[in-house]
Amino acid sequence: MALIDLGKKEVHCKIVYYGAGRCGKTTNLLYIYNAMSDSDRGKMLTIDTKGDRTLFFDLLPLNLGKISGFDIRIQLYTVPGQVMYEATRKLVLKGVDGLVFVADPLKVRQERNIESLNDLERNVGEHGLDLADMPLVLQYNKRDLVDTPVPTLSVEELEQDLNQKYQVPAYEAIATKGDGVFETLKEISKLTVNYVAKRHLFNR
Amino acid sequence: MRDLVLRAETVQKVKAMIEDKLIKDNVQTALVIDGAGNILAHCGKDTDGLDAISLAALTAANFGATSQIAKLIGENDFSLLYHKGEKANIHFARIGTELILISIFGDDVSLGLVRVRVEELAAAIKTIFEG
Ligand SMILES: Nc1nc2c(ncn2[C@@H]2O[C@H](COP(=O)(O)OP(=O)(O)O)[C@@H](O)[C@H]2O)c(=O)[nH]1
Ligand SMILES: [Mg+2]
Repeated sequence: MALIDLGKKEVHCKIVYYGAGRCGKTTNLLYIYNAMSDSDRGKMLTIDTKGDRTLFFDLLPLNLGKISGFDIRIQLYTVPGQVMYEATRKLVLKGVDGLVFVADPLKVRQERNIESLNDLERNVGEHGLDLADMPLVLQYNKRDLVDTPVPTLSVEELEQDLNQKYQVPAYEAIATKGDGVFETLKEISKLTVNYVAKRHLFNR
Repeated sequence: MRDLVLRAETVQKVKAMIEDKLIKDNVQTALVIDGAGNILAHCGKDTDGLDAISLAALTAANFGATSQIAKLIGENDFSLLYHKGEKANIHFARIGTELILISIFGDDVSLGLVRVRVEELAAAIKTIFEG
């Protein structure tokens, strides 16, 4: 759910990075945070799962410039992927406008990726939304692991597992090095802003 | 949740009421936020040092969590939350189903006053946003 402030001429959107635990969601936000200038980023809030807390998520506010005279403000959130943090995932999805699903290429995580995507579908549904109608981008992260001896999934296998139903843009990435991070962000920002703008700005 | 479209006049009206009911009586900062963590109105004197975006995000998530707790003990929801600190205190109140009013104040302001004023404001702000 976007907030459109006609007085300040600002549009605020919420983009959530979703995916199984340790697939690289926080690493994406950290890379973005470090690469943006102070004027384009707000404070990054990270509440990690260490320690005795009930809420865990990361938040990075960004300014993405102007469209049709409106300042575009995006809030990037991550959710904790671990099964036990179901309640937090649902809370963070409240009012979501766009989604990035980050997939782990380790063969041992194949089922986890699929479960996490199913979990996303269900949780979005509980907020009365349909994933098929929403801006969604996939990121196949940790592609550097392909060159190591650990068994990994090929892009074709990941597509087969995760992108048959929705057929959305997918980017290969190495979030630790920043490869693919901004490509992912640019695509989801574009889709999300268009999705919101289509409803409001262009038909006023 | 629907998109929220704020008109300048609406925000001005809400801010004027908050100034009158809270800020004039020494409440430091008051924010109106929505359930997604967006800030609709931000009033107060020393708001520069405050990380309002983080505060809004955490408050929205915390209210969501508290609703779940309420359901566990057979309540529909808790309409307000209050935390007392050594120097600063913070009060949260629901406005209708989607909005939250946050007030931050020092020991020079009584909790009783804040409660009464917030209650008046919540009703008025709800009418403005929800008609
Ligand atoms: N090799 C490799 N490791 C990565 C990559 N992206 C993230 N990681 C590592 O994976 C671990 C989990 O990452 P994190 O961002 O905390 O995952 P999250 O649980 O999804 O937030 C960390 O040790 C990261 O350094 C990548 O592209 N390649
Ligand atoms: Mg993380």
